[in-house]
Amino acid sequence: MASTGILIETENGAVKETSLGVMTAAADQEIIALVTDTDPAGLKDKLAEYGAAKIVKLTAAGKDVSASPDLAARALAAVVEKYGLTALLGTASTTGKDLFARLAAIMDQPMVSDCVALDIQAKTAKKSHFSGKTFATLKVDAAVFLATVRPNAIEAKASAGAGEIEAFSADVTDPGLVTIKEVKKGDAGKIDLTEAPVIITGGRAIKAAENYKMLEDCAAKMGAAVGASRAAVDAGYAPHSMQVGQTGKTVSPKLYIACGVSGAVQHFAGMKTSKVIVAINEDKDAPIFAKCDYGIVGDIFDVVPVLTEKL
Amino acid sequence: MKICVCVKHVPDTAATIKIDGETGFKDSEIKFVVNPYDEYGVEEAVKLKEKNGGEVVIVTVGKPEAAATIRSALAMGADRAILVTTDSQFLDASLTAKALRSAMEKDGLPDLIFTGKGSVDTESFQTQYRLAHSLGIPVVNEVSTLSVDGKKAVAELEVGGGDKQVIEMGLPCVIGATKGLNEPRYPKFPDIMKAKKKKIDEMTLADLGLDASAQGVTLEKLEPVPERTGAKMIEGSVEEQVTELIRILKQDEKVL
Ligand SMILES: Cc1cc2nc3c(=O)[nH]c(=O)nc-3n(C[C@H](O)[C@H](O)[C@H](O)COP(=O)(O)OP(=O)(O)OC[C@H]3O[C@@H](n4cnc5c(N)ncnc54)[C@H](O)[C@@H]3O)c2cc1C
Repeated sequence: MASTGILIETENGAVKETSLGVMTAAADQEIIALVTDTDPAGLKDKLAEYGAAKIVKLTAAGKDVSASPDLAARALAAVVEKYGLTALLGTASTTGKDLFARLAAIMDQPMVSDCVALDIQAKTAKKSHFSGKTFATLKVDAAVFLATVRPNAIEAKASAGAGEIEAFSADVTDPGLVTIKEVKKGDAGKIDLTEAPVIITGGRAIKAAENYKMLEDCAAKMGAAVGASRAAVDAGYAPHSMQVGQTGKTVSPKLYIACGVSGAVQHFAGMKTSKVIVAINEDKDAPIFAKCDYGIVGDIFDVVPVLTEKL
Repeated sequence: MKICVCVKHVPDTAATIKIDGETGFKDSEIKFVVNPYDEYGVEEAVKLKEKNGGEVVIVTVGKPEAAATIRSALAMGADRAILVTTDSQFLDASLTAKALRSAMEKDGLPDLIFTGKGSVDTESFQTQYRLAHSLGIPVVNEVSTLSVDGKKAVAELEVGGGDKQVIEMGLPCVIGATKGLNEPRYPKFPDIMKAKKKKIDEMTLADLGLDASAQGVTLEKLEPVPERTGAKMIEGSVEEQVTELIRILKQDEKVL
């Protein structure tokens, strides 16, 4: 059977839910889970439960590959060769997208970024074109099928695998093109917007930066991340890293709750593929109600605290 | 300092995309613009030129109609442009990168290259990496803060969860620009008039020795993302509305 490599992302020593969804995308293949940043022993049960035949701890000449993105990409290219992979998939997270683009350039192979569905056998992938207005089905003519999968786009399903652990030290060196000088930590423990299973967003209606606290309290009850519209970011209520939409983050959570957001196309460009969209808006004619699944007409400052309390 | 900015000619983000046949869309009916992320690149390049002198060259791979989009970038203060013409809006990233590289080599390689972090039409997020790799130079994407001195560039980029990386690299390099880098200027009337006289060098893929049939990714089908038909409105007092919403999300939708 053909082997597919899956680049596993972890958080606090555990496999990210989004990586399990990527494994499910390759359920009809022999799965080789690639771990770069964590001791694989602690991940074995989970990865085996979701179908990993092998779990490979990847290093670059015995060292951590994350020292540079170019080094990590070269180590991945070496894995493809060593295991004769016919496909290699990752998560379309900020780092995943960057890494797979570097890898594709090094291997000079086609790569499809941010897929919502794919068929490894047929070498086809479906992804957003025109900022979430259309889906494109792309056919890839390549020896190795490289792709990243949009977080939460494919629901994780268990399917047992052997989960044998081995180590592979790739014989690669960093080309020394870029140097990471510093990592500035954001708020510790914050759930990454692009990977969050649930998002609650505050639009212009939030009126002040302090009022995001109300949404954070609600988010904490749901394991959600907090987002913002561009109007809220431009007004200085939230940093750009929280912006959802055309010029912000593209997200695809299971549940998206928009509070005081009017529903502009550019906002929808970033969240349209969410599974369930709920809007809370005081204007019964707000355009967002024509484009979402469930609506509540009401003042966010009345509705959200009650929601927090009842969750 | 010579700076090249890669600019893509894309449909306005507010435009309605009408699909035509299996893989086409009615592009004659809609407005095209400079890819919004590329605008940050143009602005940054022009600012660097205003500070240090030099030249800003726009490089575009696109349909002949892209000339109008290029004029908008020239009106922002770029000096001249190169347009590599193709027949399709959808050229794979590998071939686009080869065309950008060949056009730049022909013109004389720059000291710095800007692109946007991605294009809003195909969202393929990789052309800049392929361009950099083929030139053997560094690339950093999603850059929101940049400083450039004679020999090096220091870029700041978000890496997820609000964390930021500060990355240093030598010149020449490729910078994928995103929001936060600057506020792109609105060209004034005299700038728009001046841009009409600026030079756009046109060439075809074949002129650069490239073949459009050699693509690794082909578009098989373009279809609209299903639209929602309107919300189910939840009525009642705030208490009732919230209780019902939670019930729906937990029991019917199973998303909580
Ligand atoms: C090139 C381009 C790129 C863009 N990129 C983005 C992007 O990435 N992301 C993005 O979001 N936008 C983007 N926009 C902007 C977009 O067009 C809208 O202007 C923006 O999304 C509006 O934000 P909003 O919904 O928060 O504000 P508004 O449109 O002002 O809506 C506020 C809503 O809140 C409601 N409201 C007010 N007070 C309350 C209250 N107390 N309780 C309940 N409801 C209340 C109002 O009824 C209204 O519907 C972009 C625009 C352009 C041109």
